[in-house]
Amino acid sequence: MSENAQLNEIVGRGYQHGFVTDIESESLPPGLDEDVVRKISAIKREPAFLTEWRLRAYRHWLTLREPEWAHVRVQPINYQDLSYYSAPKAKTDGPKSLDEVDPKLLATYEKLGVPLHERARLAGVAVDAVFDSVSVATTFKDRLEKAGVVFCSFSEAVQKHPDLIERYLGSIVPHTDNYYACLNSAVFSDGSFVYIPKGVRCPMELSTYFRINAAKTGQFERTLIIADEGSHVSYLEGCTAPMRDENQLHAAVVELVALEHAEIKYSTVQNWYPGDENGVGGIYNFVTKRGECRGRNSKISWTQVETGSAITWKYPSCVLRGENSVGEFYSVALANHRQQADTGTKMIHIGANTRSTIVSKGISAGHGQNTYRGLVKILPTASGARNFTQCDSLLMGGDCGAHTFPYVEVKNPTATVEHEASTSRISEDQLFYCLQRGIAEEDAVNMIVNGFCKSVFKELPMEFAVEAQNLLAVSLEGSVG
Amino acid sequence: MLEIHSLQTRIGDKEILRGLNLTVKAGEVHAIMGPNGAGKSSLAYTLAGRPGYEVTGGSVRFEGADLLTLAPEERAQAGLFLGFQYPVEIPGVNNVYLLKAALNAARKQRGLPEVDAFEFLTLVREKMRLMQMDEAFLSRGVNEGFSGGEKKRNEILQMLVLEPKLALLDETDSGLDIDALKVVANGVNSLRSPSRAVVLVTHYQRLLDYIKPDVVHVLARGRIIKTGGPELALELEARGYDWLLADAA
Repeated sequence: MSENAQLNEIVGRGYQHGFVTDIESESLPPGLDEDVVRKISAIKREPAFLTEWRLRAYRHWLTLREPEWAHVRVQPINYQDLSYYSAPKAKTDGPKSLDEVDPKLLATYEKLGVPLHERARLAGVAVDAVFDSVSVATTFKDRLEKAGVVFCSFSEAVQKHPDLIERYLGSIVPHTDNYYACLNSAVFSDGSFVYIPKGVRCPMELSTYFRINAAKTGQFERTLIIADEGSHVSYLEGCTAPMRDENQLHAAVVELVALEHAEIKYSTVQNWYPGDENGVGGIYNFVTKRGECRGRNSKISWTQVETGSAITWKYPSCVLRGENSVGEFYSVALANHRQQADTGTKMIHIGANTRSTIVSKGISAGHGQNTYRGLVKILPTASGARNFTQCDSLLMGGDCGAHTFPYVEVKNPTATVEHEASTSRISEDQLFYCLQRGIAEEDAVNMIVNGFCKSVFKELPMEFAVEAQNLLAVSLEGSVG
Repeated sequence: MLEIHSLQTRIGDKEILRGLNLTVKAGEVHAIMGPNGAGKSSLAYTLAGRPGYEVTGGSVRFEGADLLTLAPEERAQAGLFLGFQYPVEIPGVNNVYLLKAALNAARKQRGLPEVDAFEFLTLVREKMRLMQMDEAFLSRGVNEGFSGGEKKRNEILQMLVLEPKLALLDETDSGLDIDALKVVANGVNSLRSPSRAVVLVTHYQRLLDYIKPDVVHVLARGRIIKTGGPELALELEARGYDWLLADAA
């Protein structure tokens, strides 16, 4: 069986085993203070350095205020009303079977081709599913272990690789970075950890699908990926099927480090519940993602397809410290109904001859508001640095909005910075042309929108690219005509 | 095949067609000529169902059915093809992808299964040779960066693949050099058959040297004011439209 076929099989089956972390069956009452932070750390049996690190973050967080600069409107969040640690929900919570789940959600799963047993998990049905894919998964785990790749939950990494955690945690996104990252540093629950040793090319795409904890890591997820010298890894995050979650606020942090000649490709498909047509009940997704090209000739590439969440606030960024290092950002962000998306990237050029590429495609429909916010910063040390930015917006209907805020700071005269931007509507001409060829209106719109996003989709791993196209089609349903 | 009775249309408040009559039988080629602003393109758009072209009176029957009640895509699926005067660019959408989707939409309507990928490509390649189009066309976006001539060839290519019953070609000859004109004409002629019909909208007799029409009409002030044989086109070439307009007034 080819690697992709195997991967597809695993993904299709909704694998639920392996890398299981011990999770205490207890929950903390709502509220946040130093005691809560200590308790989280204690439950997870963390070493002292990590407890201290969390506490430093918490104390700093108390001095911060929520940022207001983003082009989004947020209902105030009462942080004392949230519970910062909860064990997996008992089976009596949530719908008891798919019969109790919103039929609209089920129809969406149908269209996306989500396997039956997977639907229940995504819809939050309390099922104790057992799949017979353990042996296949073990094969994967064996292959990764043979290559020396560490891929496990963050909690497990804290126990097994505390040295790596201590060395790299917070070294790219310090706890002082911003309000949400700071909160995450104090109370993060779990997440993923990847270490690729020197010279190793990771033998398969790594996906959070593989871990049982992925669905339950909760609202403060923490991911750390370290690519040692000359290594290569491609990491897939997320899921095309809409995920429901009772936690409205999601404040994740993702840190990537690429050492000399290393390459990290990080692909995201984000489809959190966006709320209903009026935006009620959707997820707030406030994420800090940053990668550092620490070594010479290293490369970090972010590709994201953002179609979910009521509010998205994220700027996957690259710090290009190593000479000749390369940063890339390819993004498709969709805002339909009452969704608000404020997303973009920061490319910080520090090393000489560093290069960055930004391709952003924003689609606004319904009453959606889509903002691209980007910073290209060339420091005095970055001789010969180059950036190319292309930023396109597509509007559908008259009630949506597209906004672009590109910031450019160049402090080295040898740098080259190019920026191209466009805003367009799906033109009646294009639509009529397709109709006249016998293609139905919705198919025509999908075709045109997918054409618009093509330069981003081609950066996605194959199986993700196909899903992303379907996802876009489903997300745009009913937005014309 | 096509029967138009006292068709009246407007765009916004502006009256365009004012009681137009036209009958096209299977196997025929009709040419519609006329001065600028007479309503030639509007007639083509109205028949294709373009939004904004409001029908205020009259009737159109296509293959016996009431054309005006059909949605634009249904008209296309029923076998009506419009070759656009200014084909639009659709960036990122592959030419072949659009063409395949179009062919499959028509096949679905006829209860046929989707076209086999290999057969489809063979068919497209064959028609491309006829239209003297470069292989690179296959991987390009719809009309993306095409020259005017390439766009027109692409329209005819699409027509040849879709094999419509009725082709309305709106100034397909405009902007073509003489070699390209011959290629386009050759493509159109290859589609001629007793079961199909072609309506050419054109300003120039030149096209009719290569595509011989059975009937020539003059459209002015929203009506067909004169109908004749191929010799009418030659007369128009020599005398212009003024003499006809004076008669019609």
